[in-house]
Amino acid sequence: MDFTRRELLIRSSKLLFLTATAARALDRTGEQPAPGDTYHMADHWWGMIVDIDKCIGCGTCVRSCSKENNVPDSYFRTWIERYEVSENLQHPTVDSPKGGIDGFPPAARAELKSFFVPKLCNHCENPPCVQVCPVGATFLSPDGVVLVDQSYCLGCRYCVQACPYGARYFHPEQETAEKCTLCYHRITKGLTTACCETCPTGARQLVDLKDPKDPVHDFLRNNKVQVLKPQLATESKVFYNNLDGSVR
Amino acid sequence: MPGVEGFMYPNEVELQWSLLIVLYPYITGLVAGAFILASLERVFKVEAVRPTYRLALLTALAFLLVAPLPLQLHLGHPERSLEMYLTPHRSSAMAMFGFVYLWYLMAVLLIEVWLEYRADIVAAAQSRTGPVGWIYKALTLGSYNVSPASRRIDDKVGYVVTVIGIPSAFLLHGYVGFIFGSVKANPWWSTPLMPIVFLFSAMTSGIAAVLALYMVSMKLRKRPIDMHCLDTVAKYLFYMFVIDFSLEMLDLVHRTYEADESFQSLDFMVHTRLWISQVLIQILLGTLIPISMLAATQLWKFRESLRRALYLGASLLTLIGIFAMRWNVVVGGQLFSKSFLGYTTYKVQFAAREGLLPAVALMILPFVLFFALVKLLPPWTETKATQA
Repeated sequence: MDFTRRELLIRSSKLLFLTATAARALDRTGEQPAPGDTYHMADHWWGMIVDIDKCIGCGTCVRSCSKENNVPDSYFRTWIERYEVSENLQHPTVDSPKGGIDGFPPAARAELKSFFVPKLCNHCENPPCVQVCPVGATFLSPDGVVLVDQSYCLGCRYCVQACPYGARYFHPEQETAEKCTLCYHRITKGLTTACCETCPTGARQLVDLKDPKDPVHDFLRNNKVQVLKPQLATESKVFYNNLDGSVR
Repeated sequence: MPGVEGFMYPNEVELQWSLLIVLYPYITGLVAGAFILASLERVFKVEAVRPTYRLALLTALAFLLVAPLPLQLHLGHPERSLEMYLTPHRSSAMAMFGFVYLWYLMAVLLIEVWLEYRADIVAAAQSRTGPVGWIYKALTLGSYNVSPASRRIDDKVGYVVTVIGIPSAFLLHGYVGFIFGSVKANPWWSTPLMPIVFLFSAMTSGIAAVLALYMVSMKLRKRPIDMHCLDTVAKYLFYMFVIDFSLEMLDLVHRTYEADESFQSLDFMVHTRLWISQVLIQILLGTLIPISMLAATQLWKFRESLRRALYLGASLLTLIGIFAMRWNVVVGGQLFSKSFLGYTTYKVQFAAREGLLPAVALMILPFVLFFALVKLLPPWTETKATQA
């Protein structure tokens, strides 16, 4: 190339000026990792432990979930059931007025064994809802949370049918399937779920099964733990302490 | 809570799959059944059913074109439905059904209809003018060669397509059964017998539909009914129905005898919410009565007019019975809680998106299409003979 020395200097300084300006502008406006954004999906495997003996049926978890996630009226990402069981385990009396969002009225028969069972999506390792989705809109994330891509869901409701726990619903306005996300928007920022955060007795606790320091390991080793409907082999990750045999 | 008895998980109170999803297996079943009847003549050389061959093909095509519409109308986001083909989730029975459907429509039924009608289409393309002539010209796909040699090739290819078509028709409807039968969360659906029950009920309903359509068409055209053909079709209807009913009873007996954790709940449902639709309509009116009518025609020799009345009555009752069966599977499977502790109700709406009105329209549509297809591609063999 024939440049005079003068031209070369002018061009080089223009380039230097423009590059520096662009770099500065990018610095100001471009994508930068936020200070707290050190979340690595591969480092986590989320689940929940529920201590039946600690649940008092106050409904705070249902209310906080509903508020945190804009759950439409009369649909539930989490709810509480009250069991009243006589000697016959096969025929418990169960109620869940409005999913327990306002708590429960006094039990009709005080002499019966009675307890509360908080329910939510079990974030199964082998989720039947994910298996049936025709487009893969619902999936198990690498950190063990069953999620729904709202921009991809067809609204066929096959997943609602396939969930053995009744944890999914069809959002009446969005016309897509919805469910508990384990407050994914919170847990990926180092917070716990809305339900766990507000539970006054600590009956529900978010756990990370991949974290060797998580108390879940002691909990699973030292308690009589059960999952819901174990016969369906969904490998649920919501573990219940002292779950009665009558619970469905 | 209104309409709820006992305890349901709170999200279960509302039914997810409605009347339209009842129509979907019903219509698909009619397709598969009509095609199997057509193949009797083509592959198994049952010459007696020849007068219904083309009619059965057109019936299958008319219903197949309508089959995806109830599903489409039911989706929350029908505009995304193409994603099932573009990015299918391979473990989903529903996603794979899309491909089975396309295969059946494009690779089996359209080719078979075209090969069967090719000579008629070419003749019409050469004789008709105006827009109708253009339609026939388009339908020839540019091939005007109807020499005996080329017709022989058509026949051979048609034979191969039908041979492929039989397992495809089995696949089509067996697969619909699998969509329900593979849902382990729901004991009313979850049984390996479901695909095979669906298959035989499909054949039963498809044969009944063609039988009824044949009789009604002949009546409207004031042409004599080929009684040998009718007797043969009715005989096959009887056989299929007996197999279908035996399988359904096997399922019932098995459930009753095993009496697993879901039994009390399901038993209660059959005795209450499903009593009318299952026991009275499906089993009594829609199965035992038509089977007895058909059995009577096999056992005793009746005069022609009585046989015709029995066949028409039996096929119409069969169609009602199989519809009730689809209803009981789809709706029945959602009326009880997966906790087995309670029951909900389903009320059909009228003018809603998934209500009675669109359902009736969707059931009329195949007949409109059938009428149009019959006009375009007349299935009457005697007309063909006259033309020749």
